[in-house]
Amino acid sequence: MGTEATDVGSDVPLVQLVAPDGARVTTAENAAYRDRVAHLTGEDLRRMYRDMVLTRRFDDEATALQRQGELALYAQGKGQEAAQVGSGRALAPQDYVFPSYREHGVLQVRGVDPVDRLRLFRGEDHGGWDPAATNTHLYTLVIGSQALHATGYAMGVQRDGLVGTGDPGRDTAVVVYFGDGATSQGDVNEGLVFAAVNNAPVVFFCQNNQWAISEPTTRQARVPIYKRGEGFGVPSVRVDGNDVLACYAVTAEALERAHSGGGPTFVEAFTYRMGAHTTSDDPTRYRDRAEEDYWRKRDPIDRLAALLRAEDAWDDAWAAELDAEAEALGERLRREVRELGAPPTSAMFDEVYATPHAQVDEERAWLARYEEETQGDESQEVAR
Amino acid sequence: MTAQKLTFARAITEGLRASLESDERVLLMGEDIGRLGGVFRVTDGLQKDFGEDRVVDTPLAESGIVGTAIGLALRGYRSVCEIQFDGFVFPAFDQITTQLAKMRYRSRGRLEMPVVIRIPYGGGIGAVEHHSESPEALFAHTAGLRVVSPSTPQDAYDMIRAAVASPDPVIYLEPKGRYWSKDDVDLDAAPAEGVLDRARVARPGSDVTLVAYGPTVATALKAADALAAEGTSAEVVDLRAVSPIDFPTVVDSVRRTGRCVVVHEAPVFHGVGGEVAARVTEECFYALEAPVLRVGGFHAPYPVAKLEHDYLPSVERVLDAVDRSLSF
Ligand SMILES: Cc1ncc(C[n+]2csc(CCOP(=O)(O)OP(=O)(O)O)c2C)c(N)n1
Repeated sequence: MGTEATDVGSDVPLVQLVAPDGARVTTAENAAYRDRVAHLTGEDLRRMYRDMVLTRRFDDEATALQRQGELALYAQGKGQEAAQVGSGRALAPQDYVFPSYREHGVLQVRGVDPVDRLRLFRGEDHGGWDPAATNTHLYTLVIGSQALHATGYAMGVQRDGLVGTGDPGRDTAVVVYFGDGATSQGDVNEGLVFAAVNNAPVVFFCQNNQWAISEPTTRQARVPIYKRGEGFGVPSVRVDGNDVLACYAVTAEALERAHSGGGPTFVEAFTYRMGAHTTSDDPTRYRDRAEEDYWRKRDPIDRLAALLRAEDAWDDAWAAELDAEAEALGERLRREVRELGAPPTSAMFDEVYATPHAQVDEERAWLARYEEETQGDESQEVAR
Repeated sequence: MTAQKLTFARAITEGLRASLESDERVLLMGEDIGRLGGVFRVTDGLQKDFGEDRVVDTPLAESGIVGTAIGLALRGYRSVCEIQFDGFVFPAFDQITTQLAKMRYRSRGRLEMPVVIRIPYGGGIGAVEHHSESPEALFAHTAGLRVVSPSTPQDAYDMIRAAVASPDPVIYLEPKGRYWSKDDVDLDAAPAEGVLDRARVARPGSDVTLVAYGPTVATALKAADALAAEGTSAEVVDLRAVSPIDFPTVVDSVRRTGRCVVVHEAPVFHGVGGEVAARVTEECFYALEAPVLRVGGFHAPYPVAKLEHDYLPSVERVLDAVDRSLSF
């Protein structure tokens, strides 16, 4: 592999079901995982492809909107669509997701509205959507914090008696997403401790995209990242994160374990952040073109397209429709994101507390009065 | 009224018991709180009565305790987290300030965080490093948290029940030096209205207002006794909460007395007393006969036990401040 410089253990075997050229991979080791995708039809694969294409389009549009000054910041997910869509598609509706901040593909699968996904980056909201509507928590920006929230949530699920009921419509699991850098955080490690001793139904889904801003994985660990789970007694697996079927299969396995009372799993999806860390980042300062080229040839969307074609599941009319759908998504984002206004000034005081807090109430009233009294003073201020 | 004499610690135990009984989604979490009953025995007997799933001995990781309590809250549970000692809350400081305090706000009220963090705090017990600190200002400076500290067994009982029932996260600071003090507690009384945000006049007076909370209320009351013997009538206001602060009660008192001394164990520098002093100055400017004075800890790490009685605000230092105020 061309990533020796950045990766720890790039030679470690990983679960792969589809090779970069789109051919199915059949080995003795992946037999159990092949079984987990055997039921997926051409239509299922096309649905995954659609999710990935729409996620890529969302990414490109959001990046462009940031460049035009419409977003304060944007964290691109480009290159990680297979890890996100594959794992997301394995979830049951009642399963709960705790994303980090780059999981636009997971939100796509969960049905979080594309405009709502950008409210945070627009500077219009610190969250942006109703978590209860899609069982998808808000983005968390403090690296690794959500690993504990997910574990606590899973402990609640256990107390609700929704593990091991045998009813696939009721058994509930939790998936938490985080990056390779996050695995160094105490909260991720504490999450693994709490999940392990409580046998909590939670899947730790680490997308190793090789970089934590400018720091390669070698700055986080001297063993392959998935080995970290093993140290906590948590079954752990490394999967080809650019292979949507393999990501689906390992997540399905982990969810089955969680649902049935088998406890947590650690998944390392070995992938690549094709874009910059965020729109504020300049990756040319820390990584070379050759590495980016290496991974560009392993683009997860190209791989699924090749599989669809190889298996005669590709349909030109359908592909044209998808193009049009992506176009419409872009057009909608360009229009509606611009239309997102600013909340009223007083909103900065809303929901600080559920119950009245004297100082918040006073300051809200003070600012309202101040604004009212100084209205029309702007011209003076400029003159001064 | 079926009042009984209970220690401060036992009053909290009974408050927790009442909370566990009245709502099956209430959980207790912490280190050594189960079989042992906590290092101060505040949860004594509760695991036996409510089971290991509701009174949970957690791994030894404070961020993990608070972080999982947040997740449990998202699933509809109300966790009461015990931090073993004041100086050990800091591994959880990130979860408390960046997550717990902001979850409601950042979700525009869609997510509720009914989480209580119980922290034995304060000094005077001859302890080793990290076991005697008063970190309340650090929490009070964070919007989204309620920060309270009871000073009597009855308030301890009422306020813990109110804290557990609160939809907001509450930092519940237990003055550990008072754990073994006893007083009448009426376990059947409905919690007094507003115990989490209304100050209490612990002793009425007319010459000077002593503002205190938690462990220093007892100090202020002793100082008031001594002052009474000298013919000075001191009013003692027990804030109960340092976020929010019930300024109307303080201001009303100082407008009558014209003098104000704030007493807390935490360092004076950047402390709650500074906030009270600023506010009293703003609102009582023409009623004040003297500047607001503060008595508290110094801007030095909490000292060794052999020196703590020179660090903590003593009755004598309160009296000295009152003398300075009166002679202005
Ligand atoms: C606690 C904390 N420290 C630092 C940061 C700043 N920061 C934001 S993203 C990031 C790198 C995260 O890398 P990784 O966990 O691998 O996830 P990725 O961004 O690659 O998806 C850093 C250092 C932060 N958000 N939170």
